[in-house]
Amino acid sequence: MVDLKVDMGRGLVLANPVMPASGTFAEGLAKVVDLNGLGALVTKTITAELRGGNPTPRVAEVGNGMLNSIGIPSKGIDQFLDEALPFYRRFSSPLIVSISAPTVDDFGRAAARLNVEGIAGIEANISCPNIEEDGKAFAMRPQTTEQAVSAMRKVTDLPLWAKLTPNTGDIASVARAAEAAGADGLVVANTILAMTIDIETMRPTLGNVMGGLSGPAVKPIALRMTYQCARAVDIPVIGCGGIASAEDAVEFLLAGARAVQVGTATFTRPGTMDEVIAGITEYCRRKGFNAVAELGAALNADMLAPDVMEAAQ
Amino acid sequence: MRQIDNADVTPGSGGFAAQVADTVARVVSNDWVNAEYKLIVLDAPGLAASAEAGQFFNIECPVVGEDKPFFRRPMSTYAADPETGRVEFLYKVAGAGTRGLASLISGGTTRILGPLGVGFTLPDDVRSIVVLGRGVGLATLAPLAEMARDRGVAVTAIVSARGPEQILSVERFRAAGAKVEIVLDSDGTSAMTNVEAILRRLHAEGRADGFYTCGSNRLMLLMQKLAAELDVFGEVAMEQQMACGLGMCFCCVRNFTVEGETISKRVCWDGPVFALSEATSW
Repeated sequence: MVDLKVDMGRGLVLANPVMPASGTFAEGLAKVVDLNGLGALVTKTITAELRGGNPTPRVAEVGNGMLNSIGIPSKGIDQFLDEALPFYRRFSSPLIVSISAPTVDDFGRAAARLNVEGIAGIEANISCPNIEEDGKAFAMRPQTTEQAVSAMRKVTDLPLWAKLTPNTGDIASVARAAEAAGADGLVVANTILAMTIDIETMRPTLGNVMGGLSGPAVKPIALRMTYQCARAVDIPVIGCGGIASAEDAVEFLLAGARAVQVGTATFTRPGTMDEVIAGITEYCRRKGFNAVAELGAALNADMLAPDVMEAAQ
Repeated sequence: MRQIDNADVTPGSGGFAAQVADTVARVVSNDWVNAEYKLIVLDAPGLAASAEAGQFFNIECPVVGEDKPFFRRPMSTYAADPETGRVEFLYKVAGAGTRGLASLISGGTTRILGPLGVGFTLPDDVRSIVVLGRGVGLATLAPLAEMARDRGVAVTAIVSARGPEQILSVERFRAAGAKVEIVLDSDGTSAMTNVEAILRRLHAEGRADGFYTCGSNRLMLLMQKLAAELDVFGEVAMEQQMACGLGMCFCCVRNFTVEGETISKRVCWDGPVFALSEATSW
């Protein structure tokens, strides 16, 4: 019997380390998959304000991946609390609510509204544009990361995860800033800013010109960043980026992730998370691990010091 | 490993009952019906074969050569029979996904996620309907003709096409007892003025208290205008680029007019069948 439980800190223990990535999960999956079997449920990003989202086309296929510019459509926090939360409370898996905001203060105000029964934690999507800093994503820089996380930490005792952006030159420093500001965990990472052009129409493929790249194409980059962040901080890291199989998930766990998020793969195979949970269990059994939590210290590598590793980029 | 193959209830999950299955379907046949379209017949018993008219599936399309479709392809149900366990799709071979699907041969397998979305409705007071379609939209409307027949509702099918070689689904409509009117670009009968005259005639004859359309923006707008003027119940089946098919990714949104307001809805989740009065031009 392999122990799949993982301790995410601040009293949050997950039955297994597999959960959906924000943006790729909604009520519809309950028609196909038993949500009670997942380690946690992570909502699409909710904002205080109403947001319509970006113009279509909102997605494009790229080689072994997906480019999207959905644009965080949101019906607001009130609608979430009134309509979506009762739905998710039917399930035993802990509910992590993803939030975003255009300013530091708005992050604090949004987090303060989630001290509600049925919400087990907050995932702060700080990969979105900061309108007070010329639209640069909060998590592009340590200082704005620290400001946003601090604003939320002041108003909530819930487990607070910061979802980092890969669109930064120094993710380890951003990770340390989030930890210093009181984050309980880091999700590494969001999508990679990218674009494609249709050479026949000579137009960008996406209605929004640029979008976020996800899927198997980004996995090695997300894995590298997970490894860097896990070595830079003591709080749990949740690996995210291109995980489509148990083998992919085990790579992230060996790189130091405490848990993993499955995103784009759920769009192409809705049962992927179930298969990942079963496959991780089988891997642990085959390799003689009694608990999945043991994988975090199992990597065989001639470790480079983190600063050397960063300089190697 | 937990799999949801041909099963209504996922094994070992404490009574969890799936409403949508990711079925591993076996290809019975996959043949050309004309120069552009193929019909794939799949053995897919269980939930898949219970699909209702207007519902769709998200279909895994094989990678073949340079064609590497990443997403699945949404396709409306051409036929689904719970007794035989067979599900059929009529599709135009046009891009990387459909070329991959076209490569499947008898005995091969692929995954089909469904049934998905909201299908057609036939209100009790609707006793005779007109279905109006063009291209692959006719595949979406064919099961509706059979649903209407089973409820004793009379059907007139107006089949629009470029020319005689592109006519689709006529035998299906006739087999369902529908009266078929064919309108073509090649002889000018598909012109909007002529289609409008046919619709007005059918309504005057008492053969049109329900309007259903799929596959053409112009035909939708025409039917929408007449439905409003003549106070006829109407529905439209919409298409849109999709990724997940389950309402999660929000990429397949379109604008609808609901009580004077423009509202964004997900085609895969809120539709693909919508009230004709709410549709906007695409």
